[in-house]
Amino acid sequence: MKTVVPARSAWSSVIPEGGTLTITDLHGNQAVDFLVYDAHDTAVRYSAPDTVQAQGGIFLTTGSVLMSNEHTPLMTVTADDVGRHDTVGGACSKESNTLRYGHHTWSQHACVDNFLAEGAKYGLGKRDLVSNINWYMNVPIEQDGTLGIVDGISAPGLALTLRADRDVLVLVSNCPQINNPCNGFDPTPVEMTIGADA
Amino acid sequence: MATETTYGARDHARAQDGTRAEAMPVVPAGDWPDPPAGVGPLVWAETVAGGNYTHRVLARGTELRLTDLRGDACAHLLLYAEGRPWERLNVADTVKVQWNAYLGEDRLLLSDQGRVLASVVADTSGRHDTLCGTSTLARNTERYGDGTPQSPSPAGRELFKLAAAKNGLDPRDLPPSLSFFQGVRIREDGTLDFTGSAGPGASVTLRTEQDVTVLIANVPHPADPRPDYVSTPLEVLAWRAEPTRPGDPLWDATPEGRRAFLNTAEFLASRGLA
Repeated sequence: MKTVVPARSAWSSVIPEGGTLTITDLHGNQAVDFLVYDAHDTAVRYSAPDTVQAQGGIFLTTGSVLMSNEHTPLMTVTADDVGRHDTVGGACSKESNTLRYGHHTWSQHACVDNFLAEGAKYGLGKRDLVSNINWYMNVPIEQDGTLGIVDGISAPGLALTLRADRDVLVLVSNCPQINNPCNGFDPTPVEMTIGADA
Repeated sequence: MATETTYGARDHARAQDGTRAEAMPVVPAGDWPDPPAGVGPLVWAETVAGGNYTHRVLARGTELRLTDLRGDACAHLLLYAEGRPWERLNVADTVKVQWNAYLGEDRLLLSDQGRVLASVVADTSGRHDTLCGTSTLARNTERYGDGTPQSPSPAGRELFKLAAAKNGLDPRDLPPSLSFFQGVRIREDGTLDFTGSAGPGASVTLRTEQDVTVLIANVPHPADPRPDYVSTPLEVLAWRAEPTRPGDPLWDATPEGRRAFLNTAEFLASRGLA
C-alpha cells in the first residue's frame, strides 16, 4: 500500500508486528519527523535517549533499533539509502520557532501541530509528544558541542525501510519548516509504503 | 526498649527523634549545618542517597545547587511548570535552540513552549549529558540483575515514575531527562564517549525562572561502563534568590535566549505573576 504524504501534511498508520514501512524521499532533502508507539499501550513510546544509549551513538541507519522508553524494541531499520538520520533535533514548533528565528514565524506551519492533530485521532495529547526522529535530516555535533541542522545528504528517490518489532502506531509530520535547510527551505511530498511481513 | 504494648511501641518510635543519617532531608532546611556563604535562608537541604530520588516544588527565583559529594553521583533531572505539567523540559529544544548539545554555565533549560524553566548559573563540573536519558527497569535488570526501586540497583525511570506519581503525574508525563555530573561527548562519527565525572565536590547551580516541579533521580548514568552499580550521595541545597531580569548579562547573552526570557516574562505578566 503506497500513500503520498503531501508537503507539510501529517500521516499515521498502525503497522503490525513483522510488517514494514518504507519512507521514500521523493524530491530529496525532506525532513520526515517521526514518532512511534506500542499500538496496544501508547505509554510505551519511542525514546531518543534509550535509542542513543542502546546503540552507542546519535545517528540512525541500517541496523539501528528504535527503542522505547522501557528499553524495548519498537522498530528496526532494515534498509537505508542515506546513511544517517537525526535523533537529537526534535520537532519544530510554533513556540520554539519564535526562539530560533523570531516571532514573525509564529503563523507558519510546524511539526508539533501536525503531531497534535494526527495524534488526537488515537487519543494522544501533548504529554504524549517526546523527542522524535527526523529521517533525512542532517544534524552534526562539533567537538565543542555546537550542533545545528545543516544541508541534507539525501537525494530524490532515496528510501529507508523499517520493520515493526511489535504492533506499532506511527505518527509522521512531513516537516513544513522553511527557515532551515532540513528540507532545502522548500517542503516536498514523501511516500509511505506499507509492506507485508519482512 | 519494650515494644509489646502500644505505649512501648510509641516510646520506641519517638526515641528516634533527632537521629541523623547520611542521606536525609534536614527539616527545617535552616538547620543545615554548613550553609553556603552569602545566600539567603535555605528552603531545601537534603542529601539524596545513591539509587534514590527526591522531588520538590520551587518558586520562581530559587537557586538550586546540586553537589556530587564523592564523585559518583549522577543527578537525572526533569522540570515541569508547576501546576501545568503539559509545559515541561524539552531536551531537544534545549540543545537545538541554543545550538549546543552540552550543558554548562549560562545555558537555559527550555520548556516546550518557547520559555525558560531554569537557567544554569554556575557549574564546576562540566560533565553533563542531554542525550542518553536515564536508566530503565529492563536495562538495569539486564546489566545489574534488577532495576526495581527496592532493589540494590534501582532504575532512574522507575524512580521518576514514583516521584511523578507523588505530583499527580504518570509515565506519559515523563519525557527524556537530562543528567548532571556524568558526562558524554560525541565523537565526529556520532558515537558516544563516556567521560565519567569530574570527581568529588563538583557542583552545578540552577536558577528557576518559573515556578517549577523538580524531579531528581540519583542513579548511575546509563552509559557508565562499570559492571557494578556505582552511585554515591548527591547534596541538594536551595535558597530564595532572584530570577533573571532584563539587564542581567544572561538575559541578552544570545538572541534565542533573549526571546525565551521575553516569552517567559510576557507569560508571567499576562497571568499577573510578575
